[in-house]
Amino acid sequence: MMNPLFWLQAISLAFSQIWANKSRAFLTALGIIVGVASTTAVIAALTGLKSKVLAEFESVGASKFFVFPDRPDNAPRNMYPWEKILLKPAEVRAIRDECTLVKAVTPITEVGLDVESGDKRIEGITVAGIWPDWHVVQNRFVEEGRPFTNIDIESERQVCLINSDAIVELDLPANPVGEAILIGGRRFLVVGIVETTQARFFGMNTSSAEIFIPFSVAEKMQERNFFMRIEGMFTNPELAEQGEDEVRFVLRRMRGLGPSDPQTFQVAAIDKFIEQFKALATGITAIAGGIVGISLLVGGIGIMNIMLVSVSERTREIGLRKAVGATPMAILLQFLLEAVTLCLVGGFVGIAIGRLAAFGLTRIPGAQLEQADVPFWAVVLSFVFSAVTGIVFGMFPAIKAARLDPIEALRHE
Amino acid sequence: MPDTGSSALIEVRALTKIYRVGVETIHALRGLDLAITRNEMVAIMGSSGSGKSTLMNMLGCLDRPTGGTYLLNGRDVSRMGARELAQVRNEEIGFVFQSFELLPRQTALENVELPLVYAKGGWRGRRQRALAALDRVGLSKRVDHRPNQLSGGQRQRVAIARAILNNPSILLADEPTGNLDSQTTVEILALFRQLHKEGQTVVIVTHEDEVAAHCQRVVRLRDGRVLSDLPIEADSAGRHLPTVQAAFAATTSLGGGA
Repeated sequence: MMNPLFWLQAISLAFSQIWANKSRAFLTALGIIVGVASTTAVIAALTGLKSKVLAEFESVGASKFFVFPDRPDNAPRNMYPWEKILLKPAEVRAIRDECTLVKAVTPITEVGLDVESGDKRIEGITVAGIWPDWHVVQNRFVEEGRPFTNIDIESERQVCLINSDAIVELDLPANPVGEAILIGGRRFLVVGIVETTQARFFGMNTSSAEIFIPFSVAEKMQERNFFMRIEGMFTNPELAEQGEDEVRFVLRRMRGLGPSDPQTFQVAAIDKFIEQFKALATGITAIAGGIVGISLLVGGIGIMNIMLVSVSERTREIGLRKAVGATPMAILLQFLLEAVTLCLVGGFVGIAIGRLAAFGLTRIPGAQLEQADVPFWAVVLSFVFSAVTGIVFGMFPAIKAARLDPIEALRHE
Repeated sequence: MPDTGSSALIEVRALTKIYRVGVETIHALRGLDLAITRNEMVAIMGSSGSGKSTLMNMLGCLDRPTGGTYLLNGRDVSRMGARELAQVRNEEIGFVFQSFELLPRQTALENVELPLVYAKGGWRGRRQRALAALDRVGLSKRVDHRPNQLSGGQRQRVAIARAILNNPSILLADEPTGNLDSQTTVEILALFRQLHKEGQTVVIVTHEDEVAAHCQRVVRLRDGRVLSDLPIEADSAGRHLPTVQAAFAATTSLGGGA
């Protein structure tokens, strides 16, 4: 319909209009720039957070699960006293022995105890009672010495595992395997060093001294109704749902719960947390999308305003173009193209600023956003949104220009 | 250039144009008849309100009449839609305006090229065509100048080059010397005569006898009708002034005049 010369001159005209009115074009496009830049930055931050969190989940293991006591919703307190719903060691053993989809499982109970070595003393440190499978479940293994064995558990041996921070804090020799320390006033033999993993959930667990003892020993050192949780690992993350059902079935049977009785515990697999987190991230992205929608609306109104000014300033030019043969459609396209170009330039600047902001985010210490990055789809989407804004808000001024009467236009002062 | 010298290029019959301004009705043209043949050079004169601007807009296909017919090159353009009219303007009409109407940020060459932007097949050979047009108006050395780097006369030459670029059937000039000094006026009118000699049909709308004197024929309008339509003879220098004064005298004696 339009010849190549038309497109060439329309595009070059659009850019020369921007160039000729640089500051005005900048102010006009500011709405678009700010909208696109802020959204780009938010999406970058979310993307970074998401990949970071997912990586952390991944390091924990997608096939991991937790079991903890839980009072049924709305149930009267006296019907489900705490001591009745606490997990029992027999229940962990049942899960270990009967659940075919559970690859490894360990009870964990934590006691606050004083630990001493020579004249060094750490007061009220958390000492965790575990099974040998804990290493598999936590993906943390022994660097020096040996892990616990079933004999340690069964014979309730007074042995312990410590981490490197504990070595420093207790002023033990570099290789303390074979040394004895006092835990809660009892003598324990150090049999191994547990590796310290840096990636902890959301960086909350700052690494510090850690002491592990056999679960059976910890049981004895606890009060009568002590709290324990169960952590385990399914054979396959794909089978997490069936695995949860299995664990639930065994625990319900152990607790003698009938089909209509509410559950007094919770089984939660990591994949559920991942899904929840993904849903949350998607929600925030949608909100960011809404923000961009609003800012593009505001920006678009600015574009419309300036295009109306442009049409009125260039009325004579429009009249001339019509006189030399421009059809209404040609005039419409020219002004539409100008609005779209303005929006795209604004979008381009916005993306550039957004990228810069994303880079800045990666440099904020402790913000956990080292992986903040603008995904390609966000760049494409920003351009598409900008172009659509140009078309939508440029349409009215363009129609106005196209409908101008050439005689009136040429007479315009 | 077209060579069918005697056939009517423009044939206007019983043309009427009625404007409504608020509650008022203005009869700008009241049944005007006019025929212009190929390769004529015609001046259209009249006082303000005589309908000469309206007639120019009709002849230039910028507007449609309320009644009557306008045959341009045998085609009835009086009932055409906006898009068809745009195409007719692009191919058949070359406009020259009093205030030049050049695009300020574009070079002379780009200004001359403008009609090709809206022409079918305007892509090929556009530069050569624009350069040829600039050459015809004697501006081949100013192609890269912007309007503000050109004198008034040069600007009008650029505008004329733009008007003749598509070899239009009519070169339609509306007070083409209205913004020029007398020296430049003579030069521009000489250019019109030159183009006319080369076969171009020229219609000049003016209120100046000085300008009309360069044409072969003067059509005077009054109250939306043709008041007089007189051929004028050229003297040896190509000036028609005494005769047009005579014609002017004749029209005033008829009870009108500017």
